[in-house]
Amino acid sequence: MSAELLERYGVRMLEGLLVTVELVLISVTLGAILALPIALARLSPNLALRGFSFGYVYFFRGTPLLAQLFLVYYGSGQFRHVFESIGLWWFFRDAFYCCLLTFTLNTAAYQAEILRGAMASVPRGQREAAMALGLRGPVVLFKVILPQALIVALRPLGNEVILMIKGSAVASIVTVFDIMGVADLAFARSFDLSVYLWAAVLYLILVGLLSRLWNFLERKLTTHLAVAGVRA
Amino acid sequence: MRTMRTIIASAVALAVLTGLASAKEWTTVRIGTEGAYPPFNFIDSNGELQGFDVDIAKALCEKMKVECTFVAQDWDGIIPALTAGKYDAIVASMSITDERKQVVDFTDKYYTNALTFVAPKDTDITDVSPQGLAGKMLGAQSSTVSAQFLEDKYGDSDIKLYPTQDDAYLDLASGRVDAVLADVGPSNLWLAGEDGQCCAFVGEAVVKDDAIGIAVRKEDTDLKEMFNKALAEIIADGTYEKINEKYFPFSIY
Amino acid sequence: MGELLRLLSFGPDGWGDEIASGAWLTIRLALATLPFGIALGFVAALARNSYRPALRIAGVVFGTLFRALPELLTLLLVYYGGQALLSGIAGTAIEVSAFVAGIVALGLVFSAYASEVFLGALRAISRGQYEAGYALGLRPFTVLRLIILPQLVRLALPGLANLWLVLLKDTSLVSVIALNDLLRETSVAVRATKEPFFFYLVACLVYLAMSMISSVGTARIERWSERGTSRS
Repeated sequence: MSAELLERYGVRMLEGLLVTVELVLISVTLGAILALPIALARLSPNLALRGFSFGYVYFFRGTPLLAQLFLVYYGSGQFRHVFESIGLWWFFRDAFYCCLLTFTLNTAAYQAEILRGAMASVPRGQREAAMALGLRGPVVLFKVILPQALIVALRPLGNEVILMIKGSAVASIVTVFDIMGVADLAFARSFDLSVYLWAAVLYLILVGLLSRLWNFLERKLTTHLAVAGVRA
Repeated sequence: MRTMRTIIASAVALAVLTGLASAKEWTTVRIGTEGAYPPFNFIDSNGELQGFDVDIAKALCEKMKVECTFVAQDWDGIIPALTAGKYDAIVASMSITDERKQVVDFTDKYYTNALTFVAPKDTDITDVSPQGLAGKMLGAQSSTVSAQFLEDKYGDSDIKLYPTQDDAYLDLASGRVDAVLADVGPSNLWLAGEDGQCCAFVGEAVVKDDAIGIAVRKEDTDLKEMFNKALAEIIADGTYEKINEKYFPFSIY
Repeated sequence: MGELLRLLSFGPDGWGDEIASGAWLTIRLALATLPFGIALGFVAALARNSYRPALRIAGVVFGTLFRALPELLTLLLVYYGGQALLSGIAGTAIEVSAFVAGIVALGLVFSAYASEVFLGALRAISRGQYEAGYALGLRPFTVLRLIILPQLVRLALPGLANLWLVLLKDTSLVSVIALNDLLRETSVAVRATKEPFFFYLVACLVYLAMSMISSVGTARIERWSERGTSRS
């Protein structure tokens, strides 16, 4: 790990770290927002909604993230004229936005499945009691079902965020200068493997911090269970 | 006593083996090339490696009286694969640079290259200096001198790097980058083809004296000398000229 | 539309055979990685379950490391680093083929996750099973083979089946180290035909097909492993 290498690429590595954090943060958040309607559609009595959401989830969970990324990035380049005519080319032109879109769609599928499983695990009686109290649909969802579902979903959702941090590395393959992108650049100039070790350290720090954050969240959100003696 | 003898025996064996390794007789030379860089090296429809680089390498091997085999390797890993022993020489339009010389050795040059910008025909770019291209999106193949040049000199522009030259041209055609910096040979070929109809050269060549050489491992000085000698021979006896003519109407030496 | 489909034909004009050979390499890579990943994962799980703290810590470090690093990074480190390491140790140049690098990298990641699955399965088998075996006069190895292992397989299968699907998708990353897998062959076809959307969509569908076939297969294996047990 030569000092010269650090001096040349140290700052860029940190910039790459910022890009990775941006990619993951934005896509996970947007994905979470998208996941709720999809999860509800999966549980809906409407066949069309169920079918469409099932297909969506099946596609994005059953195909590799890299293939999805190529589909969006190179595929959108093919339809440049279409996008230009509807004024959206500025979005698909940028590799960062293409990655953002792909990652969002991908994580939304995984999060929707987690959420669906969690919601299904909330006892039927909860919903029935809420309806018996005369509460309306949205209120039942947001005040009764979701809070309980989120506690079950917390662990898997944390896992999904970690998977997204790792998955985001493929952005480097389509010219985005995230951690891996900068590492590739530095390796191409120096042939020094230690640049990848630096990248590894950065990813380990990211994942480590996130795990801590998630454990903290878990403890805070389940305090009521601890008090009741259910949780340790 | 027994242990002592085993130790001496193995030491002798090791010395003999390493001795043999250094005084290597070159009967076959494995040549590494990219295979994705027309007209210098590419894979034809039969899956065979063709191109200027391949022809030069074959001519050199003939003069050196060795058998040559070719290995295709992705550009990004082409030097690490050489140092790891996957092949013995790189003949892939590789520019001789100080940075690369820290890791490998080069023979004398076997042609001269220029770096030029390519842009869409309807571009508003007139000035290809760093100031003129400030704020623009520029593309190049990663691990090349073009990429290095952009990184070092064009700090005010956005730079995008691609695993192959074709990917860079693809993004230029689709409008993701405003201009691509590349070697003049491949750009010329691409612009003449169907996919390059959108674009044209823009501005003067930014580098005109880029020397292209054959890369060998630092310890293979004998191989390097063999290549240099053979290179001088094919230039002297007209073989080089014949190969040059096959691909370019002007001399690229 | 017909024109597009003709691009997929087998033979010199169509890309069907190239894509099929890419898919075959993907399957071979995943199948070759599987035994390595399972064996290593099992060993790591045993280490984590062991009485000796040194082994436990080693197991934890191994698992944490390879679950936190992006697969792409692990792959590049194994490919470039492995060559450098082996060459350095042996004194002469040793070539590491991309296929082997793929197996090792993907296998390491698979085994890190598999060790979690095995650990959970091991812990789920009650101590009483071991004790009963010893009480019957069976030797430890026989107990492991005839009593523990069948139960372990049954408990670990769902987790392992999931990891297999992840492995299938992760193989797409080897396209980056010049292995002619499905995704890479698709990229070659794209560069030649300039039809990225079509070909990458086809690639995604092939991956989906592989996942579907795998799911059917693993469901069968799960049913076989549960024969003789009663389901609540």
